[in-house]
Amino acid sequence: MAKEFEITDQMRAVIGIESPPWTHEVTTTSVRAFARGVGYTDPVYFDIEAAKAAGYKSLPAPPSYMGTAVFIPGKSNDTFSGPNRGGPSLKHGLPGLLDGGTETEYFGQICAGDELTVVSKLTDLTVRESGSLGKMLITTNETTYTNQDGELVARQRGQAIFY
Amino acid sequence: MPKWDDVSEGDALPELKKKPGVTQLVKYAAGSGDFNPLHHDFAFPQSKALGSIIVHGRFKYASLGELVSNWLGHEGRIVKLGCQYRGMDFPDKEFVAGGTVKRKYEEDGRKLAELEIWTKNEEGKATTPGTAVVELP
Repeated sequence: MAKEFEITDQMRAVIGIESPPWTHEVTTTSVRAFARGVGYTDPVYFDIEAAKAAGYKSLPAPPSYMGTAVFIPGKSNDTFSGPNRGGPSLKHGLPGLLDGGTETEYFGQICAGDELTVVSKLTDLTVRESGSLGKMLITTNETTYTNQDGELVARQRGQAIFY
Repeated sequence: MPKWDDVSEGDALPELKKKPGVTQLVKYAAGSGDFNPLHHDFAFPQSKALGSIIVHGRFKYASLGELVSNWLGHEGRIVKLGCQYRGMDFPDKEFVAGGTVKRKYEEDGRKLAELEIWTKNEEGKATTPGTAVVELP
């Protein structure tokens, strides 16, 4: 728990810098794995015929599933499976991490067979004090998902809490 | 499946009950790629400090997605889905995902509805409140 924590100019300098693009794959196997992880029983997320009957080209991505980041040892984060951020990174030294919130805006459909190009950037840093966790750093990231046809299909904003 | 003309403000979505055990959380970790030990390893320092592993916030977010997806039945589509993680949920404890229609409106010729959504724990506390916007046929 941090008693004192301040946002430095070095941390602020990371705001707005876009990450190098990274590929997320959406496959029939990955959609089923996610749907199974959530506990869906809706056949549309498992059975290609059911998905087609519902009007999709293949298994649709369940809400909040943004594809699976291509994993490459050394380049990917072993815990969260996304790419290790290239370029300047946020160095805050706080060991605790909690998820703060997530918002996804959808502009198009995401289905098995799609390949998404994913770019993210830090958009905000805030310090808040919590009774139980002490000084917390709240980071906001914005991530865009563009499919193989160049169509922006989704934008996600997420808050992480470091303490 | 809801049609915009038939939906009224205040309508409730059919509730979705979940009681994820450790195995379900491991399946979610595999499906989502989130292998934070806080969600499967009781010996992880943060789990020990909290006294337990906790349910992924994103599992509850995905459950809110399932709630809305089940209601839409693939005839409408989700335009926006958001939530905040206000409280922790623990394995083998039931939580209920629910929602109501907050506002019905038209925008750029699209028939939309704003939903207030949440997951509530066994004590009735909304640990994951959120909102969604859906387009209806």
